[in-house]
Amino acid sequence: MRFGNKTATRRELIFYALCLIVTSFALTALLITVGAIVASGALKLNLDFLLGFPSRKAEQAGILPALLGSAYIIFLVAVVSVPIGVLSALFFEEYLRNGPIKKMLDINLKTLAGVPSIVYGLIGLQIFVRTFDLGRSILAGALTISLLILPVVVIASREAIRQVPGSFREASYALGATKFDTIWRIVIPFSLPGIITGSILALSRAIGEAAPLICLGALTYVAFIPDGLFSPFTTLPIQAFNWISRPQPEFHQNAAGAILILIILLLIVNSLGILIRLKLQKRLNLG
Amino acid sequence: MLANLIFTLAISFPIFLNCQSKFIKLDGSSTVFLVSEAVAEEFGKVQKDVKVTVGISGTGGGFQKFCAGEIDINNASRPIKKVEMEACNSKGVQYIELPVAYDAISIIVNKKNTWLEEITLENLKKIWQPQSQQTVKLWSDLNPAWPKEELKLFGAGVDSGTFDFFTEVVVGKSGSSRSDYNSSEDDNVIVQGVAREIYSLGYVGLAYYEQNKDKLKVVPLRLSEDELIMPNRQNVLNGTYKFLSRPLFIYVNVSALKKPHVKDFIDFYLKNAPKLADEVGYIRLSDELYSLARKRVENVVVGSVFEGEGYKGGKKLEDLYASLTPQNNP
Repeated sequence: MRFGNKTATRRELIFYALCLIVTSFALTALLITVGAIVASGALKLNLDFLLGFPSRKAEQAGILPALLGSAYIIFLVAVVSVPIGVLSALFFEEYLRNGPIKKMLDINLKTLAGVPSIVYGLIGLQIFVRTFDLGRSILAGALTISLLILPVVVIASREAIRQVPGSFREASYALGATKFDTIWRIVIPFSLPGIITGSILALSRAIGEAAPLICLGALTYVAFIPDGLFSPFTTLPIQAFNWISRPQPEFHQNAAGAILILIILLLIVNSLGILIRLKLQKRLNLG
Repeated sequence: MLANLIFTLAISFPIFLNCQSKFIKLDGSSTVFLVSEAVAEEFGKVQKDVKVTVGISGTGGGFQKFCAGEIDINNASRPIKKVEMEACNSKGVQYIELPVAYDAISIIVNKKNTWLEEITLENLKKIWQPQSQQTVKLWSDLNPAWPKEELKLFGAGVDSGTFDFFTEVVVGKSGSSRSDYNSSEDDNVIVQGVAREIYSLGYVGLAYYEQNKDKLKVVPLRLSEDELIMPNRQNVLNGTYKFLSRPLFIYVNVSALKKPHVKDFIDFYLKNAPKLADEVGYIRLSDELYSLARKRVENVVVGSVFEGEGYKGGKKLEDLYASLTPQNNP
């Protein structure tokens, strides 16, 4: 076997085999998980389940309120966290000077990205639900989740902004562009694909979160479609979590169905992001 | 293109404020959730304009919200505690306590277990008390005739009402248990564990045993020479399985009860609780107890009959609720 332009040494072979084994372990685990979910949940992929309301009878139970709840949350979180995240990242990279303040903010940001999600749930409960008096509403839930993924969005965006070659900026300045022009016409367009990738990853995390929302007081039984920003709501992970802990095996099937739909929702959001990114890259002729 | 997409998404998203609708907000125990959810579902078919929501934040978490006046009804798998009563008092929240169903705990072992045919409360204590962590490790530590194999224990997670109740009755102090057992908030995990391990013993809610009868063996409770009690609906209802069964409650905010749709909901709840409780895996109360509960609603009898003490197995609820004088009415 050849690696690069040299014949592989024994050490390289062993390392290669190790990487291969570990990767295939991870992939097998993923395949088994998805396979098990599809096996028990595929039957549930019908319109009755998709458009139904929760019920104590497993065969009548559906996920419409949870599905729409999740979709609304994702949409609101994207609307709130991406602009704030990108602007903060721009501030960090383009305006903030190197120094103790930047260093301190930097450490804070990285720490925030690692804070357990339940802590954000508690913050959200205190700030959004109680202090701002938003109640246990979709808005409060979306703001909490936005807070949760904001550090991730900022870090990913900063990374993308740093990838824009310095020579581009210098060329822009050399042509007499102002700082604002440079950011607006050079930095943002060229870092956008990276920013979108990072934001999509963060949003994917947001879709799966249940703990902070439960802590916030997201509900489990909601038999109506959320009809506004202040409506009570539930989400797919919460619904799945509730079904899986019930005694009847039929509900476990429902849970698998809900998880399957969650995965499909995730894939839709991801492919939307990839599409947008491809489009942008083509325009920038980087693709 | 991008702007177009965002624009389309933005206008298709229904951003308008709630139109005025009638809400009833319930929260609290995940155990009682099943009953309240069933009632909410049926109620929704009768009164379509009322929106009932049910959350799960645990009995304690529910009381916090309840005493802050944030919800109308709290689902509770244990009576209200002293501190919670004070919290409610300080916020001026008055409540009516209504029992709605029984939950029973069943002791389960593996199907292949041939030696354990019955168990006494003393033996359960010997197994589960904290100091047994050092002394009771093998089945033979309980009875020399039993296998010299490690006793593998499965039980409720420390955050569950089941754990509080089981330790209170079996060990004698709520929350006091050995800690070297497989604990889970999800009874299904306990069922799977006991079904897998031959030398196991665990406790789960009755409904979880009933749904998994083919995988598990249930152990009846030996109370005395001639009292061997199977955990089943009949024995819970007639009071013979009194030690390992507990009542489930709802607490209703009195000022919410003044709203007609909340009152309708409570009336509907008490009327349909017997059928629905059975259906979701719990056990109905006696007719007498339901009618006593209805009387408490009609006469607005506030307070808890337990006066801040926990529920101890063995008391007859009908006697406790017979009196209609308000407790600790401020």
